[in-house]
Amino acid sequence: MAANQIYDLGLTEYYKAWDFQKVIFEKIKKSSLKSALIICQHYPVITLGRNAKKESLRFTEAQIKKKGVDVFPVDRGGGVTYHGPGQIVAYPICQLSYFKKDLHYFLRFLEDFVIGVLSEFKIACEKRPGLTGVWVKNRKIASMGIAVRNWISYHGLAVNVKKSDLEGFSLIRPCGMDVEMTSIESIVGRDIPLEEVKQTIIRRWKNDQSSFA
Amino acid sequence: MTKVLLPELGNGIEKATVSFWFFKEGDTVKEKQDLVEFTTDKAAFNLPSPCSGVIAEIFFKEGDSVRVGEVLALIREQ
Repeated sequence: MAANQIYDLGLTEYYKAWDFQKVIFEKIKKSSLKSALIICQHYPVITLGRNAKKESLRFTEAQIKKKGVDVFPVDRGGGVTYHGPGQIVAYPICQLSYFKKDLHYFLRFLEDFVIGVLSEFKIACEKRPGLTGVWVKNRKIASMGIAVRNWISYHGLAVNVKKSDLEGFSLIRPCGMDVEMTSIESIVGRDIPLEEVKQTIIRRWKNDQSSFA
Repeated sequence: MTKVLLPELGNGIEKATVSFWFFKEGDTVKEKQDLVEFTTDKAAFNLPSPCSGVIAEIFFKEGDSVRVGEVLALIREQ
């Protein structure tokens, strides 16, 4: 039985990756494949999850689009978030029936996964009860939001890598809160290639997902 | 009548919020079609219809909080 597949889309438009998630979702639904990981970066985009409130945008949608940032309502849990080229985004499409039919358990699994990835960059980070994501003290370094249909997950997580890309978060109140964001580069104090983070995620995913697939 | 219940969504998850219904009362739904979507924490969850039939009654509207095991809707089987 196939255990896992990795799809590296590179820098891509949000809607293209979203469409691709749907393709892989259907593939998993109809096959014995237990999980797949789509990994990519996005051109600047703000996505509005199911719990997003209008006041989470600091500007009007028209003003945001004028700045070259797209705005998308999406079918994941959570509020508003920003994606840009300095982030690595990973969409784990997983058959949770093979893992554990537990929405919160899967979110905690993803947080632990990111904490493991960041430990390789000597970043001490943590989960915070009631505040999904991965945090370095009071700053958020990785965000999560998933959707589950037929007990198959889609959407996923975003890890901030480049300091420059954090500017995009000034357009929003991430997850509806006045949260300060941080990045791998901000914490370690030097440039970290996106490719290094991406390869770390892929390598660790192949290992960590074997605990359920 | 078939009762549509909010299923177990995981350990310690006692309730979820209705984000939206894919159908309204009086609509015909097929078994396994997405019926209603919930959110809990940062997860959205789609509940499929347990049977084919006509939606006789919906008890919770969008934005309502529902406890696990509560009846969400009644479907008159066809």
